[in-house]
Amino acid sequence: MANDTPKLGKPDIAHSNPLSRDMLAKLDYDQLTNCMRCGFCLPACPTFRETGLEPESPRGRIALMKAVADGIMEPNQAFQDQMYHCLGCRACEPACPADVKYGRLIEQARDVIEDHAKHSAPVKVMRKAVFSSLFPNRSRLKWLGRSLGAYQKSGLRKLARGTGAMKLFPKHLREMEAILPDASGKGVLERLGGEFYPAKGEPIGRVGMFRGCIMDVMFAETNVRTVKLLSEAGFDVVIPDTQVCCGALHAHSGEMDGARELARSNIAAFKAAGVDYIASNAGGCGALLIEYDHLLHEEDAWREDAEWFAKRVIDVSALIVEKGRVPAFAERMARNLSGAAADTASVNPDQTPKTLITYQDSCHLRNVMKGSDAPRRLMRSVAGVSFVEMKEADRCCGSAGIYNVTQPEMAGQILEHKMEHANRTEARYLLTSNPGCLLQMKLGIEKHGDSSRMEAMHIVDFLYERLAAEDANERN
Amino acid sequence: MLKPEAANRLRAIVGAGDYRDDIEALVAHSYDGTPMLQSLPDAVIYPESTEEVSKIMAVLAEYGIPLVSRGSGSNLSGGTVPSQGGVVMVMHRMNRILEVDLENLTATVQPGIITAEFIAHVESLGLFYPPDPSSMRISTIGGNIAECSGGLRGLKYGTTKDYVIGLEAVLAGGEVIRTGGKLMKDVAGYDLTKLLVGSEGTLAVITEATLKLIPPPKTKKTMLAMYKDLYGAARTVSRIIESRIIPATLEFLDNPTIRVVDDFAKLGLPLDMEAILLIEQDGDPEAVERDMERIREVCELEQAERVEVAATREEAEKLLTARRSAFTALARLRPTTILEDATVPRSKIADMVLRINEIARKYNVQIATFGHAGDGNLHPTATTDARDHEEIERVEQAFAEIFEAAIELGGTITGEHGVGMVKAPYLEWKTGPAGIALMKGIKQAFDPKGLLNPGKMFAKESRKRVVLQHGQ
Repeated sequence: MANDTPKLGKPDIAHSNPLSRDMLAKLDYDQLTNCMRCGFCLPACPTFRETGLEPESPRGRIALMKAVADGIMEPNQAFQDQMYHCLGCRACEPACPADVKYGRLIEQARDVIEDHAKHSAPVKVMRKAVFSSLFPNRSRLKWLGRSLGAYQKSGLRKLARGTGAMKLFPKHLREMEAILPDASGKGVLERLGGEFYPAKGEPIGRVGMFRGCIMDVMFAETNVRTVKLLSEAGFDVVIPDTQVCCGALHAHSGEMDGARELARSNIAAFKAAGVDYIASNAGGCGALLIEYDHLLHEEDAWREDAEWFAKRVIDVSALIVEKGRVPAFAERMARNLSGAAADTASVNPDQTPKTLITYQDSCHLRNVMKGSDAPRRLMRSVAGVSFVEMKEADRCCGSAGIYNVTQPEMAGQILEHKMEHANRTEARYLLTSNPGCLLQMKLGIEKHGDSSRMEAMHIVDFLYERLAAEDANERN
Repeated sequence: MLKPEAANRLRAIVGAGDYRDDIEALVAHSYDGTPMLQSLPDAVIYPESTEEVSKIMAVLAEYGIPLVSRGSGSNLSGGTVPSQGGVVMVMHRMNRILEVDLENLTATVQPGIITAEFIAHVESLGLFYPPDPSSMRISTIGGNIAECSGGLRGLKYGTTKDYVIGLEAVLAGGEVIRTGGKLMKDVAGYDLTKLLVGSEGTLAVITEATLKLIPPPKTKKTMLAMYKDLYGAARTVSRIIESRIIPATLEFLDNPTIRVVDDFAKLGLPLDMEAILLIEQDGDPEAVERDMERIREVCELEQAERVEVAATREEAEKLLTARRSAFTALARLRPTTILEDATVPRSKIADMVLRINEIARKYNVQIATFGHAGDGNLHPTATTDARDHEEIERVEQAFAEIFEAAIELGGTITGEHGVGMVKAPYLEWKTGPAGIALMKGIKQAFDPKGLLNPGKMFAKESRKRVVLQHGQ
């Protein structure tokens, strides 16, 4: 029914404002038209829920984009700011009856805004440094990891905090600095000593591990455990060293050309490695990787390979649950916060109270990769652990890539509400599937929780530490 | 733009942040859920109390400024599009549940509360508020009252009007009135409560409502019946009622809808069926069991090809999927989805569906029909593209003819979406000239200056659907 009607194009409007002209040119006008303004997205949107204001909703933002493209309004500063108020959590997409690709629209709008942006000189230098020089470049990222690690270890951190030098930074950046994990220049490859890690037992398939940039600097050990966990589940794992940053932060910040360049490098890297699956342990990365086919859909030379790539992308939890041999997981002993185990051998296991755990969805894993079920199944499979669903676990935590740095006020407000629900679960562990969410949850526990009673962890770390005893013995 | 003097006075009432006339706010309040309608207001205002509403309306009356009051702007008849500019008043800030009275079984609420949130609260207290429009997760109680919203439970439990027993409202000049109360009987004068329910913001602005609550049914069962003969399905509906059974839900999907839904939700529905009925009964367990058995017999008597009764809640959810995905599946077919609500006596359902299909063929447009068979309220839904003006023209002609067919069959042009702008040209077909004149007299009595939601309900006689673009 849908295919027998000819496609209609964009209105023929000669805009005098170059920003409006490019909005009309770049925005997917079919998607703008597909929005029928039913408003079903409003209750799903975190910024609408916080403000109750129509422009702060997906329906409102789409109306604003269309109004600019149609020449009803000028793309003034308020419009440009509004495009950045959106968290990009894409919770509106599953709520939309008409299947409007909102994520695509907001990235297109930001792309146009960045093309025309008159950033101040320092911001320009920063953006260029971050998007063109830092993220795409492994050795610079490693250098950053080493430097950050050195800063954290050297006593400089203590000095900075002790002397109040940190007070020179805005409050939200200071708070972030305090919860950053120990960074390192040694990524997963260096730690494992090679690009290949064999499956335990008969291999089910060959997995390419996407290591990510932030993950590999801040959470390299989680990457190592992801590889080992996949091996336990029966996969040969290869970590192609030529892979680069996924480009998600670029795409969300309107640097589409940069994102596409990174996509091409990654496709080449994993194609050469000849993998069956491409595993991601960061929902934020996975959601862009799985949309590489759309990202490169206008490039004839890359279309086929991009589809090959996108089809293989899968989150580590889903890969284990759906394709792997799920290992046995068990909470072996009561733990205290330092990680030291208390001896519970004398206690009857049936009477030991179960460890309570809860989970904060990664929006992109849930809304884009449609992967909210697998992590829950894995968590429920751990013996001796009781999974409590947190109210509104499916709502954004306010981290949203770099949103908590660029929009601290709204992010803080959202986090505060999130932690009210988290605290109510009384969980010992708050698990997540994405580094940004993990950092935000750590921050949330620091600010609005009790760090002596609750700890935020990546689901991979939690599971790896609970691989059943006999497996652990074998590993040792 | 309003006169600076008027704008300043409005700003002084609500505070600078709650009065907005920047282009962002104006664009974001220039539409509602109705396709192809858009018009910019001059300002947007967010009151927090009845007192503020009253002061705002006094100022608007003084300067002769039009007012459109709204909740979430999800209505489907253009009722909250500010087609003549003026001020849009968003009631979201007045969203408190003021009281649930367990002795009288009533709730008193402000208009901006989201219907689903209100229902969740009432249910947490072990009580039941039946009106359940499909938009309830986003729409407000105030909006439901203004439109007299229906929903899936209308057949057995009635619609919004059956649950509103008291109102506080602000009149065009700023005077505050109270009607009804926590009273199950009240004949003191004209029934202004019922008059205001469904008045679409053209008579007054509702600022508080007292709602009737009832005890919830103890249990519920779900059944799906499929028919190769449309009339068999229609006769099933009549026979169930004749058997003195009023089901809680009696929903209908026609063949074009079945095809689209199956393609979308992959339910494995037999595509040669002309109709599917979704039937639910609630109440005491024994009564429900007895009714469901009888309904199954009726379905079989009327040659249903297949009857499925859900044994568990999960199975029931699966049966409900077909009906629940109808709108979503249709909305994804083409960019523009026009959802109408022509309603006929329930004995005329089959005739009406056949007429709709004929009309769709005649004008070569895509129309699928689903809806509330039990109360005769159908949703013929056109899937089209607003950019194709020639096709839109044909869709409008088709709908005009569908309304005509509904009237001929003893029905009405709108069962639950309201008149707004979209149905205004057809209202006289239903009410006759004397009816219109009387309604205009009522409007005149409430709103002599014609400032409350102007351009809605009454139109110059015209069959053409109003299409506004690019502001006024």
